[in-house]
Amino acid sequence: MSGAVYLAWRYIAHHRVKTSILVGAIALIAFLPVGLYVIVGESASALTARADATPLLVGARGSSLELVLSSLYFGSESQEQTRFAETERVAASGFADPIPLYVRFRAGDQPIVGTTLEYFDFRGLHFAAGRRFALLGECVVGATAAQRLGVGPGDAVLSSPESVFDLAGVYPLKMRVSGVLEPTQGPDDAAVFVDVKTAWVIAGLGHGHQDLAASGAAAAVLARVGGRITANASVVEYNEITPENADSFHFHGDLADLPLTGILAVPHDEKARVLLMGRYEEPGLAVQIVRPRAVMDELLETVITIRSYVVAALTTVAVATLAVASLVFGLSLRLRQREIETIVKIGGSRAAVTGLLASEVAFVLVFGALLAGLLTGLFARYGDSAIRALFFA
Amino acid sequence: MAEVSVAISNLEFRYGEGDFALRIPELQVARGEALAFVGPSGSGKTTLLHLIAGIVAPVEGRIVTEGVEVSALSEPARRDFRVGAIGLVFQEFELLDYLSVFDNIVLPYRINSTLRLDGRVRTRARELADRLEIAKLLGRRPAQLSQGERQRVAVCRALVVDPPLLLADEPTGNLDPANKLRVLDLLFDVARERGATLVTVTHDHELLPHFDRVLDFKQFTTSDSP
Repeated sequence: MSGAVYLAWRYIAHHRVKTSILVGAIALIAFLPVGLYVIVGESASALTARADATPLLVGARGSSLELVLSSLYFGSESQEQTRFAETERVAASGFADPIPLYVRFRAGDQPIVGTTLEYFDFRGLHFAAGRRFALLGECVVGATAAQRLGVGPGDAVLSSPESVFDLAGVYPLKMRVSGVLEPTQGPDDAAVFVDVKTAWVIAGLGHGHQDLAASGAAAAVLARVGGRITANASVVEYNEITPENADSFHFHGDLADLPLTGILAVPHDEKARVLLMGRYEEPGLAVQIVRPRAVMDELLETVITIRSYVVAALTTVAVATLAVASLVFGLSLRLRQREIETIVKIGGSRAAVTGLLASEVAFVLVFGALLAGLLTGLFARYGDSAIRALFFA
Repeated sequence: MAEVSVAISNLEFRYGEGDFALRIPELQVARGEALAFVGPSGSGKTTLLHLIAGIVAPVEGRIVTEGVEVSALSEPARRDFRVGAIGLVFQEFELLDYLSVFDNIVLPYRINSTLRLDGRVRTRARELADRLEIAKLLGRRPAQLSQGERQRVAVCRALVVDPPLLLADEPTGNLDPANKLRVLDLLFDVARERGATLVTVTHDHELLPHFDRVLDFKQFTTSDSP
């Protein structure tokens, strides 16, 4: 190592706090724009891959983005609802197979997705353990959800109440886990899948309670008029569906009127897709049909526009940071004037002094670049999982 | 006459366009001599040391240091000459705080490519440190040393190139009385051991009896421009 480089190394090693701050600042200004490109690129591919795999979505008229985010990524919570009857309309069209979705509740932080068994085939989901749900009250958990909830086949998952202060609201339902899915690196990993009817039970639209016709239920009966029984508040409602009480669960009203948050429409072919979309172009309809890819492209266009603003802002910050770093270096040179004079007096060459200072700058820049490279490498390596965790948690 | 270490003739030096001027018609320092410069502050004692060392160049006149006409050399050549031929000791020690004691001692070898830091130099540096009783401090930083220890490190640095001429600018100015005599004795001893010439600037008249010769600067300095 040359003398100047050695002295520079000793200097930055001695002033490690100042050096670390400079290296950190240089690394950040180099990493942030690159990281931003990586994160947006990863997000774009993650989002569009899922959208590409979902040809059409039917849902209540309103925000198409919310419909897509809710139905594909189980992320949005306040979307408009459509009726179950819409699935029959899609099926009756003969153009596509409908898969209902009711995404409103959560088990802890995991979304509960009410759907049908066709969903597993449509998404190509495989089981790591157990089987599909077969009974009301059973659920299938994604790989990440199983890990986070600490459950496997045979265990129970409790749905979360929507609001603890809403006495008339949704009560928790204890659901039996029938199977755990293999990881897919997508939003399905974090979900808890139940039959759409189970989701309606969680919503309080279906329920089970003690048999009021039985002799032991007299205390809960207020009146019997013909075949109609009116019960009081002491009637025992079940919060778990078991083989013993499954028969007592029922829905009041017409199933066709029960809510869905979206319907995956799987067209038979391209022509059927176009024709089905045409069916929903009629103005005044309370429902809409969307191509998720088109919606996501629109979203990404906005994201990319924002990215360019952020990159412009980061560039300004980078220039300011470099200016501050130069100022710090300049001020430190003033403070080190005596040291430099000593080196010259002893016989140090101008080249040695210049080499010493240049080496210090080079060390800071190289370490900054290395740290930026390391961060970018880590981001490229683990950013994908971080983004998935961020978007599909 | 004894061999000459420094020979000055018709020297004139001034800082920029100012009034200060240093004129020395004739001055010779014999090899191995211990010479002290005394005089009031601002009389040009330090300037003369810098002229002898080639840190600054005279306006007129001739300076021959250790057989080399320093006044005729270019600035880079003066630096290359100085680093190998002259050991400098400063009042404020001027050690680099980010270097260990050992690295401070061998500093001349890291700042000028005409010198090469090898095993022989490292051994000499350790021997010098041992001679000046700072061998146990080689791994420490200057901030961890006492004033006396720091000046001994500075003396080691001045001696590491084994220079024939030692220039010391108020080397005891920042030391307590005990350390003052100790450092001075060490300077005299190592200079004598090596047969080196010692030229020292000092304000301390108590130390003057230790020198072979004392030169009062009042005779050299003028305050008006010619």
